[in-house]
Amino acid sequence: MFNTEIIVKSLPMLLQASVWTVVYSLTSVAIGFCIGTLMCAAGLSSSRLGRGVAAFYVSFFRGVPLLVQLLISYYCLPLIGLNVPSSVAAVGTLALCTGAYIAEILRGGFLGIPPGLIEAARMVGLSRAQILTRIEVPMAVRFTLPALVNETTMMVKASSLISVVGVLELTRLAQNIATSTFQPLEIYLTAGAIYFVINAVISSAGTLVEGRFKAETAR
Amino acid sequence: MAEEKTPNSRPIIDVRGVWKRFGSAEVLKGIDLQIKKSEVTCIIGPSGSGKSTLLRCIAFLEEYSEGEIYIEGELLGFSLENGGRRRVSDAEVDRVRRNVGFVFQQFNLWPHMSALENVAMPLKLSRGMAREEAARRARAMLEKVGLGHRAQAYPSQLSGGQQQRVGIARALAMEPHIMLFDEPTSALDPELVGEVLQVMRDLASEGMTMAVVTHEMGFAAQVADTVMFIDHGIIAASGSPNEVFRENANPRLRQFLQNYFERNVFWQGSEGAAAP
Ligand SMILES: Nc1ncnc2c1ncn2[C@@H]1O[C@H](COP(=O)(O)OP(=O)(O)OP(=O)(O)O)[C@@H](O)[C@H]1O
Ligand SMILES: [Mg+2]
Repeated sequence: MFNTEIIVKSLPMLLQASVWTVVYSLTSVAIGFCIGTLMCAAGLSSSRLGRGVAAFYVSFFRGVPLLVQLLISYYCLPLIGLNVPSSVAAVGTLALCTGAYIAEILRGGFLGIPPGLIEAARMVGLSRAQILTRIEVPMAVRFTLPALVNETTMMVKASSLISVVGVLELTRLAQNIATSTFQPLEIYLTAGAIYFVINAVISSAGTLVEGRFKAETAR
Repeated sequence: MAEEKTPNSRPIIDVRGVWKRFGSAEVLKGIDLQIKKSEVTCIIGPSGSGKSTLLRCIAFLEEYSEGEIYIEGELLGFSLENGGRRRVSDAEVDRVRRNVGFVFQQFNLWPHMSALENVAMPLKLSRGMAREEAARRARAMLEKVGLGHRAQAYPSQLSGGQQQRVGIARALAMEPHIMLFDEPTSALDPELVGEVLQVMRDLASEGMTMAVVTHEMGFAAQVADTVMFIDHGIIAASGSPNEVFRENANPRLRQFLQNYFERNVFWQGSEGAAAP
């Protein structure tokens, strides 16, 4: 029968682990956003090399399963002499993966920016980097916010995969408790509920920001 | 500086034999013109004749294919070396045209920034001004174009005429030595044209050097020192407003002006579609 006591007992530990889930996924989205922006800019640049690098990057990280990417980085990094903690390797891999998707999301936003806005920035002496950070990225984010929020919630869920390379987070801890208590259903239901709440908060935050952006364009 | 003591010694803009091709299409076919300090030059001509292209070449928003454009004596966009020319870096382009302001037909305000930020942000980023100083200058510029009370509004909350005045304030804040206007009133509802032209008149009377592509013949006739008529990529007529509007006999120019007056003079009889 359904054991509520085990839920109450393990909830504090699960909540603690969920903090790691949030930290890992939001960190990788933040880093992935920077990578995605650069890759997107490179992909739309006039440099043939830049476009080639961006195209390869996006097709690799979108074409290979995240789980395989995590395993590759887990086994490869020590081989090439990089002894980083597995959590760092895992976050790096998540960031590279989400970066490829974010690059594709932002591309649509970048293409929607009227060229005249960039010309106006050139005429008041802004550098390419300043145009990217002050005009193109803010506008592209406004155009693509729902997709970016969606990608963030996907990453919260995808972060459960890093449990396979031994990083402690919500799913990993749930597995540990489940095997030691023989109450898997209760534990996984609780973990699922916590993921659900995290993503509900992220979605609401997205809606709030969207509302603020809308105020800029409201007549 | 030396050149300010002898303002007419050197033109601010000097265009020499400029050609512009888009693929095989020749849009500018050997343009020569000079704009001196405090002069207002109005550029008129039929649609597609190359007016915008010329202005954009002077701003180096387009690379000209041939010829030379000098801004206050400095070659724009290229360096000449052993007979050829080489494109210089973006930073070098920025340096040479840093005293050129541009006002666009579509305003091109950044929609995610308030009017004040549109004007202040470039001051901070490309002139290195401190926040408060940039905001103070931006506010003064908005007041100059009559929009001090709308500083916090976003572009979407402003009328077209107000947006264009913010566009002018943004360019003016950089303290340009010359302002280029590409049909600044063409995207405006007719009742909003006047407020923008008034700002431009004020600028001209303060001695700002200006090049204005326009279909507002009244403005050209009143304000311009020189009117240039561009047709099929060449300057087909050039001179004082009187010379161009009344005396010049170029048949293409006469036809162009005839069309203009027929479109705009509607309250007189058919004989009203004559000279101004
Ligand atoms: N980027 C471009 N690529 C190809 N052709 C172009 C480009 N820009 C302009 N042209 C062509 O150059 C010619 C001149 O264009 P331009 O915009 O300078 O005309 P204009 O005199 O400003 O006309 P309007 O009064 O309609 O603004 C046109 O035939 C146009 O199609
Ligand atoms: Mg034009």
